Amino acid sequence: MNDNDIVLKVEEIYKSFGDTEVLRGVSFDVRRGETKVFIGPSGTGKSTLLRCINQLTIPDRGRVWLDGEEVTNSGARINYFRQKIGMVFQNFFLFDHLTALKNVELALLKVKGMGKAEAREKALTELRQVGMEDWADHYPAELSGGQAQRVSIARALAMDPDVILFDEPTSALDPELTREVLEVMKKLARNGMTMLVVTHEMGFACSVANEVLFMENGVVAEQGPPDLLLNDPRFTRMKDFIGRIDSRMDD
Amino acid sequence: MDQAVFLFEILLPALMQGLVVTLQLIACSAPFGLAFGIAVAVGRQYGHPVISWLCKTFVFLIKGTPLLLLLFILYFGLPSIGITLTAFAASVLGFILCNSAYNAEYIRGALISIKDGQMVAARSLGMTRWQAIKSVILPQALRRAIPGLSNEFIYLIKYSSLAYMLTVIELAGAGKQVATKYFLYTESFAAVGVVYLVLVSITTVAVSILEKRVAVPGTVRATPSAQL
Ligand SMILES: Nc1ncnc2c1ncn2[C@@H]1O[C@H](COP(=O)(O)OP(=O)(O)O)[C@@H](O)[C@H]1O
Ligand SMILES: [Mg+2]
Repeated sequence: MNDNDIVLKVEEIYKSFGDTEVLRGVSFDVRRGETKVFIGPSGTGKSTLLRCINQLTIPDRGRVWLDGEEVTNSGARINYFRQKIGMVFQNFFLFDHLTALKNVELALLKVKGMGKAEAREKALTELRQVGMEDWADHYPAELSGGQAQRVSIARALAMDPDVILFDEPTSALDPELTREVLEVMKKLARNGMTMLVVTHEMGFACSVANEVLFMENGVVAEQGPPDLLLNDPRFTRMKDFIGRIDSRMDD
Repeated sequence: MDQAVFLFEILLPALMQGLVVTLQLIACSAPFGLAFGIAVAVGRQYGHPVISWLCKTFVFLIKGTPLLLLLFILYFGLPSIGITLTAFAASVLGFILCNSAYNAEYIRGALISIKDGQMVAARSLGMTRWQAIKSVILPQALRRAIPGLSNEFIYLIKYSSLAYMLTVIELAGAGKQVATKYFLYTESFAAVGVVYLVLVSITTVAVSILEKRVAVPGTVRATPSAQL
């Protein structure tokens, strides 16, 4: 593996909230075009880890590198890195007062300083990518959860990020809507987008992930290609966990 | 004297002159009261701790001072430290201070009501804090603050009559002058009351039109809850 392929480097991230150590030394490298899936019990620090990567949460220790430049301790330049590290949230967080189109345009105008016509063009292109072009003039409150999540993916894509962080993008959606969002994410992965995805969708993990990282108690407990983690007898913890969530769903 | 002559040739012309002054007072106060109110609310909510404390203290002091006393200080008190304001200017300044402090509280309440996710999403796209406040948080918060702000504007219409205490002959003052000159208190003050009522009615209608125009489609807020 060529070191130049590594687009994101996460080194020894530690984070505590008060007395609780949430992250206790998490490290991994992400190659360009790769999809990594993070799974693990809730409260294990998966969201905190993603937020540490784009510094929405400042880690206590450890470093993050994007394309060889340090993201941690980057001062005001963090706003540059955040354009390059897109983020998609469980509850979409679309801007409630703006149409789908304006949601995607806003950062193009304000952050990238694009002209109006160019921003509109770009925003429409991204909405087309996620199949939401026909809904450009609708407001978030008029969209289904699946549609809203697709718009929020378009919003992240519009900044031409090097990597997108997905924090449980389908956890607020019912199965039907989950599928339409996962389809969009699969398409992105196929087109070579680099993605870090926190999810419990094992079907998605198995079909798309290059690597699955199982997190427990603030560390990566097991990691490897999905079929290895699921089939190799040496790995047990993730299988136990998946067995637990499956049986809970059967209840 | 004939009732009609008194009403149309004496009282109404005087009240119209007073009304013009009242409208001038409001027009000079309200825009700055709103702008300063936004600044104070944002400063308190998002500013550096020192700024935040200053904004909080400003609101506390204004809230704790009777408006009439504030006007007396501005008009009669400031000359002793070398600042002399006209009665009109002192009134406008007092109204701006008072209006902005209360507006700031309404806006702050609305700012608090905007979910964290809006700021988080804006920052995750590379917006600065200020860009996020200006383009994402404030447009939503101001919509929610409209009922409170319009209330405060209606108060302003009415407390602008305190300018009379600084010798500004506005609407209420004009009525008072006519009333004392002709000993027709009931008629004069009733007429003044009607004019204020008209001003307040116009405001109420204008606000409901504004609210409809800026309502975000699809939100529950845009429809009366009776439909729920
Ligand atoms: N801003 C915060 N302040 C205090 N505690 C927090 C904060 N954010 C997260 N936590 C705590 O950190 C732990 C890990 O949270 P999180 O990263 O959301 O886990 P996960 O996404 O794996 O469910 C939880 O116990 C949570 O309560
Ligand atoms: Mg989480």
